[in-house]
Amino acid sequence: MSYSGLSLLSNALTGNTRWPSIIDVSDLQKSYDIVIIGGGGHGLATAYYLAQNHGIKNIAVIESGWIGGGNTARNTTIVRSDYLLNSSFALKNFALGLWDQLSQDLNFNLMYEPRGYVDLAHSDGELEHFTLRANAMRLGGADAQILTGDALQARVPELDLSGAQRFPIAGALVQEAGGVVRHDAVAWGFARAASKAGIHIFQNCPATGIIIQNGKLEAIDTPQGRIRCGQALLSVAGASCEVAGLAGLDLPLNSINVQAFVTEPVKPALDAVVNYNAGLSYISQTDKGEFVLGGATDGYSSFARRGSFERIEDVLARAAQMFPFLPRLRLMRHWSGTADITMDGNAIMGPTPINGLMINGGWGYAGFKATPAVGHQMADLLATGQVPDLMCPFSYDRFEIGTEQDDGGIGPYPWLH
Amino acid sequence: MLLIPCPHCGPRDEGEFTYGGPKSRLPALDLTADTQDWHRALHVGRNARGPLTEIWYHSSGCETWIEVTRDTATHQILNKAKGGST
Repeated sequence: MSYSGLSLLSNALTGNTRWPSIIDVSDLQKSYDIVIIGGGGHGLATAYYLAQNHGIKNIAVIESGWIGGGNTARNTTIVRSDYLLNSSFALKNFALGLWDQLSQDLNFNLMYEPRGYVDLAHSDGELEHFTLRANAMRLGGADAQILTGDALQARVPELDLSGAQRFPIAGALVQEAGGVVRHDAVAWGFARAASKAGIHIFQNCPATGIIIQNGKLEAIDTPQGRIRCGQALLSVAGASCEVAGLAGLDLPLNSINVQAFVTEPVKPALDAVVNYNAGLSYISQTDKGEFVLGGATDGYSSFARRGSFERIEDVLARAAQMFPFLPRLRLMRHWSGTADITMDGNAIMGPTPINGLMINGGWGYAGFKATPAVGHQMADLLATGQVPDLMCPFSYDRFEIGTEQDDGGIGPYPWLH
Repeated sequence: MLLIPCPHCGPRDEGEFTYGGPKSRLPALDLTADTQDWHRALHVGRNARGPLTEIWYHSSGCETWIEVTRDTATHQILNKAKGGST
């Protein structure tokens, strides 16, 4: 069924009891051309683009939890492409172009709202660096502005520009094409479109073994049985190290906890996404009126999915510096998830040393915005065997050969990225 | 919230510390270490799920680096402080 005004009306008349399930239930076959491990946004987008762009449909997506229950639905929904390095920028800016049309393509309302991304600088030096980044973005074909003083106040009226804070705001880089996307709709939308194309999606179906013979991938083991396959994609975010370990791979990354928070809903007060940079804190207001807040990682290795109060206090203190009215609101929900952060803070994408096994991991807490671009490029890789240009800089072996893509210039310290 | 047992100051809140990452031995700078040695020392084998020995700097306390063995799956700290009590 295609979603439309007519389908809404006819289902309303039958009491919304006859909506078809968005994912078909399939029987697990003994073999598939491609198995995608991980039914998050990236894995499902890859499945969708394999069917859409390459006509490859003999695919199984296996997900250990349920669709829309992992990191895809645990982020703060922000999309943007304000990156300094050409490699980082190009991939995210390609994604931003795809987000624009994706609701139409998928026939699923992803609620993409280009409401503007405002990145605050706290010193003249930092603002100069932001100007460098804005110019790099313009050279890459994206729009970016530097706003200061009254112009910034007009763009974000509630922002405290009094200069009275510990870290006064000197100005901001503004990307108007940045904004928010309804995150769980991304998982559902891609899953529905992939399922409609005939791709099999299995929930509650983790990979329990990766069978390799003579350096070539043979099959993936699951509790429902062994699946033989020509190729497999490992796209499991926070579980990257554990699942790659099944194939004997030792990934150059650390698993670190990241937290997010939601306040009680109030009337509209903030129409942009704003990011505070003297210590990280980012904030936006949902359509329901809640403020969504996030910050840096907890700062040390963890698989616990349990947040530290240190970071909650840290993020909220910075948010209150930006918007002095915030302390009057109560936090309503709080959650955390495991981020797989690499030694240069950028993703690992492409072939692994095992013939037939591809990887997409190490996105840390920055993967959501790239979802459609990753799916699009990964589909190209799986269909043609050629590593696409946008993916090339993020190769598995770059740490060994010394071609790190370190946007922050931080070094091999994942807890600082 | 971690309560980290500092051998000099006793159990202290994690906010007083700076994280230094998993304890590791860097190859000696004696020209015998090749790029593979550095890759192994800096990049891989550092993501244990379970007990992990790490170094923490007590920046708001005694300003020394200490070793802490912590279970990364539960946050339980396994070593005992020499000074103070845990």
